[in-house]
Amino acid sequence: MAEIKLSNLKHSYFPAPKGPDDFALKEIDVTWRDGGAYALLGPSGCGKSTLLNIISGLLTPSEGRVLFGDQDVTELEPDKRNIAQVFQFPVIYDTMTVRQNLAFPLKNRGVDEATIARRVAEIAEMLDVTEMLDTRAAGLSPDNKQKISMGRGLVRDDVNVVMFDEPLTVIDPHLKWKLRSKLKELHQRIAVTMIYVTHDQTEALTFADEVVVMQDGVVVQIGTPVELFERPQHTFVGHFIGSPGMNILPCEARGDHASFAGHSVNLEGPVQGAGGSTELGIRPEYVSVADQGVPATVTKVSDVGRHFVIDAMVGETRLKVVSEHSAPEQGSAVHLAFRPDQTRVYRDGWIATEARS
Amino acid sequence: MKTENQRAWFFVLPVLFLVAFNALVPMMTVVNYSVQETFGNNQFFWQGLDWFEQILRSDRFQAALGRQFLFTGIILAIEVPLGIIIALSMPRKGFWVPVCLVLMALPMLIPWNVVGAMWNIFALPKIGMLGYFMNDVLGVNYDMTQDPLAAWITIIVMDVWHWTSLVVLLCYAGLVSIPDAYYQAAKIDGASAWSVFRYIQLPKMKTVLTIAILLRFMDSFNIYTEPFVLTGGGPGNSTTLLSIDLVKIALGQFDLGPAAAMSLIYFAITLLVSWVFYVVMTKDDQ
Amino acid sequence: MMRKRSIIPIVYIVFLMLPIYWLVSMSFKTTNEILSGFSLFPQTFTVDSYVAIFTDPTWYWGYINSIIYVSLNTVISIFVALPAAYAFSRYRFLGDKQLFFWLLTNRMAPAAVFALPFFQLYSSIQIFDTHLAVALAHTLFNVPLAVWILEGFMRGIPKELDETAYVDGYSFPRFFTTIFLPNIKAGVGVAAFFCFMFSWVEMLLAKTLTAVEAKPIAAVMTRTASSAGYELGLLAAAGTLTIIPGAIVIWFVRNYIARGFAMGRV
Repeated sequence: MAEIKLSNLKHSYFPAPKGPDDFALKEIDVTWRDGGAYALLGPSGCGKSTLLNIISGLLTPSEGRVLFGDQDVTELEPDKRNIAQVFQFPVIYDTMTVRQNLAFPLKNRGVDEATIARRVAEIAEMLDVTEMLDTRAAGLSPDNKQKISMGRGLVRDDVNVVMFDEPLTVIDPHLKWKLRSKLKELHQRIAVTMIYVTHDQTEALTFADEVVVMQDGVVVQIGTPVELFERPQHTFVGHFIGSPGMNILPCEARGDHASFAGHSVNLEGPVQGAGGSTELGIRPEYVSVADQGVPATVTKVSDVGRHFVIDAMVGETRLKVVSEHSAPEQGSAVHLAFRPDQTRVYRDGWIATEARS
Repeated sequence: MKTENQRAWFFVLPVLFLVAFNALVPMMTVVNYSVQETFGNNQFFWQGLDWFEQILRSDRFQAALGRQFLFTGIILAIEVPLGIIIALSMPRKGFWVPVCLVLMALPMLIPWNVVGAMWNIFALPKIGMLGYFMNDVLGVNYDMTQDPLAAWITIIVMDVWHWTSLVVLLCYAGLVSIPDAYYQAAKIDGASAWSVFRYIQLPKMKTVLTIAILLRFMDSFNIYTEPFVLTGGGPGNSTTLLSIDLVKIALGQFDLGPAAAMSLIYFAITLLVSWVFYVVMTKDDQ
Repeated sequence: MMRKRSIIPIVYIVFLMLPIYWLVSMSFKTTNEILSGFSLFPQTFTVDSYVAIFTDPTWYWGYINSIIYVSLNTVISIFVALPAAYAFSRYRFLGDKQLFFWLLTNRMAPAAVFALPFFQLYSSIQIFDTHLAVALAHTLFNVPLAVWILEGFMRGIPKELDETAYVDGYSFPRFFTTIFLPNIKAGVGVAAFFCFMFSWVEMLLAKTLTAVEAKPIAAVMTRTASSAGYELGLLAAAGTLTIIPGAIVIWFVRNYIARGFAMGRV
């Protein structure tokens, strides 16, 4: 059990990559604390599975090192790394019983019978599969199969990290929730590092203590769910997390305020740097309909239960507003107010304002 | 789930008519002949089950049946493991895969008499590549028109050449259907190459392997054209397999009664063994 | 990247190609050279054997006859098999399992068993020595196979497709031809390929059921082998030409070969 450190990782599936576009991972530096519950979040094709396979050793990175504690494991085979991985589609050995499936990783490592029996019993109890230990694994339902493949990862007590590669994809919606809380519970019982890969923000935010957001082979932000929501470091994070996502509006930055559609908007703090293209970022939750502010036309109002989502047009720019209580009529002209401490400027995608503390 | 619908019978009627016409009418002819004796002029006499008894007791039939089982047993014992090994060592993707598959399938697309003729030419002493290599390079006395052992080896090698690809292609189809995650999980679980084969590849190949073994059994048990063209059943009767013997009796000697009885026994054995194979190979599925 | 175990398929393919190479090489040799002893490559390269085949009607009609009955068989087999496979893949009906099994037993029948009764049956309805006779005879084992393959592919198409089409107001024939067929075209291709293949390679029935008019290439070859003495070059050229149609057909289905041989059941 150790801290996992990825330093200067790059990976390309081409033998001779020509430019940055040939890299699936561009430049990754991440440290995973021992015993942490992490989520690796990003859209399909952002490189998260590649990253996972590099940690597990199924892939050797083109450049950079993988460290488990002080040991450099970059070139080490997966079975020598003491890791466990749960795949998108449940992997079980069809011809074996559940018991044999769970014992398989231990048997292959020459663990003695008594220890195997004890560990299998413990894990089966944790996963609530004790009563099906002696049935053939082939006939199980998908969620039970996925439990067994998790069990095969957890049965070894020396694992450095357990990785989940979108493990709930094939599970029925009502069981997803159950299995996810089971995972959370397991993490609390055996404090092993867990990395959970998903493209679903709800899964990521409910499972993880810390979320690593990736896009196009780059880690754009690492933070707690609250941090990701409150202060996205990149417009991608703002847009990807939250429902609806952050409003990203074209603007011009002028010191500690910005000019959006000809109106001056106050920011959380002064804007750093110069040049590039600047955008205003504000979550719909922090825009409100007010007596004065930026004039807008309401184009659509949707009642989503707990609140209203209002679509409005400011000139040619569309933005969304979340309103808790009341909503204006469709087609009406309103004014929108932006909460200053939640209004930021992004330069070329990255955050450019500094919060006043 | 399938729904119950008796009108589905209308869909199967064309097949039913065609196959009934093609299978039932000839079958009835065969059954009819098998219980009668004819002296020409379309005069038939009831013969009961005498032909069946006569065939079953005849040394000639027993010897041909024995040769048939020996042949089928040997080629299954070679082609199935060989096919699995080749399929396992094939690359799973890439430019070469379709090329390999097409080349491998090629022998199966050659008319069976050409296969026989081709191997005949190939094995001719002095003239053929194989015959030349055996006799003049290795110095082995190899002539399948004289030596029964040489004839048997040639027939078996020819069948391995002709049909191993069927096993390869079926097994390969089973193997490529295994998701990468299985191999990755096995790697992480520390499984040995043997465990990967035993617990992942073999179970996934089971269905296709069942089809392969059944097809190879049926087709090798019914084989006629290739060995007939290659050796004509000789030297002597040493390579006279069941079909060759049957055609000799039916079309050569025109002994309709015995030929018909033999046909039915032959067909019954094929069905019975296929059924036993099928039951044995699928019995763990329940 | 070349792995060590790639050697196994390579050796196997070389073994497969040797007799074929020998046949092709022999077809370009003169009879004299063939009989005078072993030579790996043709010493005096000649296309005389091919010229002889393409100028002699008995030879080239052998090919045309074979291609006619093979095509006829493929068309008949696919046409009757399609609705049956649909019924087996979608519905349960009285005796369905028994019928399916009985169909398959015909695939197990030794062709030698049927040679004589077919001869009598087709003579009595006066289609002996026609392309239709061979095509019909070959349906005995090709129709069950086609039903089996097509059923395997159709099972992979969700039933919801049918139901959606009916809800959208499609009639059954229109649904079948414009929606269903395009979805299983790989399966139809594979089934047609197998029908073609087994009809092309089968010779016992084809020979027994023809005399002059529809005589297949195989029968022409046997006659040549016996009457013209040892014309090995000619025989080799004729043999080489029989490989070509198969090679062309398989190239079309190359991407489905693996799945096709598994009868769509993986």
